[in-house]
Amino acid sequence: MSHPLLEAKDLRIAFYGVTAVDGITFQINEGEFVAIIGPNGSGKTTFLNLCSGYLKPDSGEVCLDGTSITAMAPRSIAHRGIARAFQIPQLFLDQTVLDNLLIAMAAKQGIWSWFENLGAGRRREEAMDLLALVGLQDQAGQFADALPEGKRKLLDIVLALALKPRLILLDEPTSGVSSIERFALMETLMRALRQAKVTALFVEHDMEVVQRYSDRVAVWDAGRVLVQGPPSEVFNNAEVLHKVVGV
Amino acid sequence: MLGLIIPLLVDSLTSAALIFFVAVGLTLVFSVLRVLNVAHGSFYSIGAYVAASLCLWVISAGLSPWLTFVALLASAVILAALLGPLVQSTLIQWTLGKSEAVQILATFGLFLILEDLQRIVFGVSSIAEDTPMTLLGVTSIGSVTYLNYQILLIVAAIVVVFGLRMMLVKTRIGKLLSAVVFDREMALSVGINTKRLFTFAFTLGVFLAALGGALAVPTSGAAPGLGAETIVLAFAVAAIGGLGQIEGAALAAVIVGLARVVAIYFAPQLEAVAPYIVMLVVLLIRPYGLFGNDQARRI
Amino acid sequence: MRPIISVLSALVLVVLAVVPFAAPWLQFVLTLAMANGMVALGVAILLRAGLISIGHAMFFAIGAYCIAFLSRLGINEFLVLLVLGTMGSAIAGLIVGAFVVRYRAIFFAMLNLAISMVVYSLIAKMYSVTGGTDGMALSTPTFLWIPLEKPGFDHVLYYFSVALMIVMGYLVHRYWKSPLGYALSAIEGNELRLEYLGVSARSVLLAAYVVSAALSGCGGVIAGSAIGHVLPDFGYWVTSAQFVLIAVLGGIGGAAGPFIGSFFLELLHSASVNLTDAWNLITGVALIVVIVFLPSGLYGLIRKRRRSAS
Repeated sequence: MSHPLLEAKDLRIAFYGVTAVDGITFQINEGEFVAIIGPNGSGKTTFLNLCSGYLKPDSGEVCLDGTSITAMAPRSIAHRGIARAFQIPQLFLDQTVLDNLLIAMAAKQGIWSWFENLGAGRRREEAMDLLALVGLQDQAGQFADALPEGKRKLLDIVLALALKPRLILLDEPTSGVSSIERFALMETLMRALRQAKVTALFVEHDMEVVQRYSDRVAVWDAGRVLVQGPPSEVFNNAEVLHKVVGV
Repeated sequence: MLGLIIPLLVDSLTSAALIFFVAVGLTLVFSVLRVLNVAHGSFYSIGAYVAASLCLWVISAGLSPWLTFVALLASAVILAALLGPLVQSTLIQWTLGKSEAVQILATFGLFLILEDLQRIVFGVSSIAEDTPMTLLGVTSIGSVTYLNYQILLIVAAIVVVFGLRMMLVKTRIGKLLSAVVFDREMALSVGINTKRLFTFAFTLGVFLAALGGALAVPTSGAAPGLGAETIVLAFAVAAIGGLGQIEGAALAAVIVGLARVVAIYFAPQLEAVAPYIVMLVVLLIRPYGLFGNDQARRI
Repeated sequence: MRPIISVLSALVLVVLAVVPFAAPWLQFVLTLAMANGMVALGVAILLRAGLISIGHAMFFAIGAYCIAFLSRLGINEFLVLLVLGTMGSAIAGLIVGAFVVRYRAIFFAMLNLAISMVVYSLIAKMYSVTGGTDGMALSTPTFLWIPLEKPGFDHVLYYFSVALMIVMGYLVHRYWKSPLGYALSAIEGNELRLEYLGVSARSVLLAAYVVSAALSGCGGVIAGSAIGHVLPDFGYWVTSAQFVLIAVLGGIGGAAGPFIGSFFLELLHSASVNLTDAWNLITGVALIVVIVFLPSGLYGLIRKRRRSAS
């Protein structure tokens, strides 16, 4: 019986007396695309923060491949194969799009080289390929702070992908992306993830995206998992429809 | 042993009082404007020179020596009124919103300018003027003698601590200041006139620094190089207490005052470095000072 | 490097080569300018991460005092002194750096200032060890173990400094274009993202700090050797201010910038020394003028507009 890839055990954290995550036990298996949905303030982003080392829980454990990563710093967790994309894109705004990605790739391949160029070897080609994957190749020479919000989102996701992670945590990947481009983005993203055998956990508000691209949906409410299962099941659940979708 | 403790305590609190005046100004300006003014120490040293000169003038004009006390206070007020609004509305206001590197360089540049201006106006010699101190005389308890002036300093510092806290809590302008400190964006969006508030806070900071310098004159005079020594000491105290924390600065000043005086009594060569050893130790345990906090980023 | 900087640099090198023959009175000034440029280059390295050290004179002083002590111990060969003095500063940089790299912005700046003032007052007070405010004298070192008279040594030192300056500039230039160099500037850009990419900002910074301390120490060795005497003032905050000004002035010029800025400033200083001694005033005004009026030219301070690596 192998371990689930990521496992949260009885996670609990409170801020200023308000419990944000209330005893969550949750698992993600290798190769799954799991979506987390739920009303605002239900602790979804907090959960991602707990899994990526930004926050330490008051109690409980997070395990990657059976090893506890609860006390680790974000950079150690990144080394172990969890990459994070953020709700507000975290970019190097003063660098070009291409340089942003080159830095991420250098971080993966070895940042401690001081004599060769950042874009040496095949790195530049690989970076352009990765940018083409999400349609950013034309913006390669632009400075990141000149990008519109939707494209910043894409760049943020691509930076996470550059780490060639085993698990990617996506925080509202399609927010800020126009509805026309939304599905194209998710198609490309999911195909790339499946090809690279990357497991994904994503927080989403767009129910159609969730329905189409997730293997399993977990419904969050007030810091707890209300219901989880395949999309078809979850979206037929009356309580879910009422609380989350608002029907 | 008791004969040692009381002088030690009095000396420590005196030293603490003088450091407190300049450190609290620095920390107050930081908490309101989020700018650490590297030139703050210069207000202290220029304050000392102005106060010393004014006292000398009072004596030479044949006026009552008790007016030297007025001279000390007046010099701080004059300096604050002259320099406070001027520096704030020109240099400091311009740096707000710019990158931190710019703020550091701007105030560092100001520091350099003020140091040379002080040298040009007042020369390179020290001034000694201890009339206020001698006027108050000494008090003896048993075999222990201390200067009444020291008690004045300690009382003045205590008055300032409570005065500042009262101002922040009870007065209208104090409450506005507290609002800006707590949540600047909110204060701005509610329509508070931050520019006037900033000028007030900055001028108050200048006043406190200049007052510290003035009050230090009877005991240690005015000397060149005081500006640089003072800013690093003020920073050390403010850092130990936590940047932006008034009560923290008071506590830190007491600790540093104690450290310095203990050094003077038992290991005089360490007197100059004692505050920084304290700072190092405190920052290693609590990186943002005793009462400080990290302005954490939220994602 | 941008074309104009390359042309300027080439011009400067040509001029430098002929100075000892064409204008021998400038040799000393220029040697000092190169020493200062090395320290300013160290400051510029940290500026790359958005951090300003206003206390770097301490490493300049440590390098100078290291060779003064070694000279007193009988070690008299310049190359050995250079290596040991630089190492001394590098070690000091490691110790100080391990503490200060946890901090950013004003805390970083002020901690550097505070520590440098402590170093300064220790040097100035320990009369029996350091000669206090009198400083320590240095006997003229040998070069490649060949004994030289002071004038001959000064010539050699001058040309050696030119060569060292070129090598340093080149190496730092490669550093800045490398992954490690980009990681350094990413610390200012978005330290959070950098950490989430698995990079330890502190380690990257510490490496940069040690390199910058070593460069400063090297400058101190050269300055001390040129002057023949070391003084506590080498570590005074006023000296740190000069280095900061040079680094900021030379901002647009990449790795060559600090040297160009240093030449400019040193020549200006020499020319005006009879006119005014309000040098701090001028430095302060110059600093403010530069940051107010050259916002887009200042490297990495206000807006970064660098060309892409590719």
